[in-house]
Amino acid sequence: MNRELYVNNYCIVRDHRIYVNGKLCFESPVSNGLREFAKAAYRNLAPNYNKFFKMDEISKLGFIASEYLLNYISIDEYKNDEISIILSNSHSTLVTDTNHQNTISDPESFFPSPSVFVYTLPNIMIGEISIRNGIKGENAFFIVEKFNPEIIVNHINNLFLTNKSRAFIGGWVNHTETDYEAFLYFVTDKKALPHNRQVINNLYNNL
Amino acid sequence: MEEIIEKLKVQIIEQLNLEDMEPEDIDADEPLFGEGLGLDSIDALELIVLLEKEYGIKIQNPKDGQKIFYSVKTMAEFISANQK
Repeated sequence: MNRELYVNNYCIVRDHRIYVNGKLCFESPVSNGLREFAKAAYRNLAPNYNKFFKMDEISKLGFIASEYLLNYISIDEYKNDEISIILSNSHSTLVTDTNHQNTISDPESFFPSPSVFVYTLPNIMIGEISIRNGIKGENAFFIVEKFNPEIIVNHINNLFLTNKSRAFIGGWVNHTETDYEAFLYFVTDKKALPHNRQVINNLYNNL
Repeated sequence: MEEIIEKLKVQIIEQLNLEDMEPEDIDADEPLFGEGLGLDSIDALELIVLLEKEYGIKIQNPKDGQKIFYSVKTMAEFISANQK
C-alpha cells in the first residue's frame, strides 16, 4: 500500500482570477472587491446553491475555491469520513468580526445580526465546504502569521499516516479589508506531485 | 396591511440576502420556512431582529414565533397589531 501523498489538483484565487492546476479558469471583469468577484465567480459556475449568498465574504472565497477545485475531480470514490479539510490563514475572520463589532458598538442601536455573528470563526468556512460536499472527515483551521506550508503538510501527513483520512483538501484562505487570496489543493495517494513543503510552497508562489 | 406586506418583502430580501429574488416572487401567504422560502433557523433569528430593529416590536413569548413567522402576511398582521 502506498504510504506517500501527492497533490492531485490545486486552485488559486488571486487578483480577480481563478486558476486550476495553473490554468486560468475564470477572470472577473469586476475589480471592486471580494463580494462582487465571488458573486461573478459563483454565477460563472452556476452551482444553484442559494446558501452561498448567505455566507460571509471569506466563506464565499473558500467556497468558490473549493467549487473550482472539485469541479475538475470526483471525490465520490471516498467515503464521507475519509476526506479531511485542513486550512489556514493570517487574518482569521477579521473582516466579519469587524462587521459584527459594528452592529454592537452603539448602545443606542444594539442589533447584533445572528447571520453575521455565526461566521465569526474561520472554521465555519470549512463547515460550509463540508456541507456542500458531504464531507465528514477531520478538520482544522490554523491561524499563522504568513503562509506556512509546513503546518498544513505535516498535519495532513499525520492524519494520513494514522489512517484518519484518505483524501484531503488543504490550503490557505485569507481575507483582509483590502485583499483576498485562496490556495486550495487536493491530496490523495494517487501519484502526482509529491506532497511536501517545497512543492506546496512552489505551487502557492507559482502565479 | 398591503403597505406593510410590500415593505416586509423588501426588508426580508435585504436582511436575509435572498439574491435573485424580487418582492413579487414572494407570495404573502406562502410559508416562510420549510417548503416555502426555505428559510433556516438563523433566518428566524434575523426576522426577530428585523421586527425589533425596524418596527420596535419584541416577541415576548418565543412560543408565538411559529404563528407570527408562518408567512409574510402573518408577520404583517402581527406588526399591525403591535406597532405603537
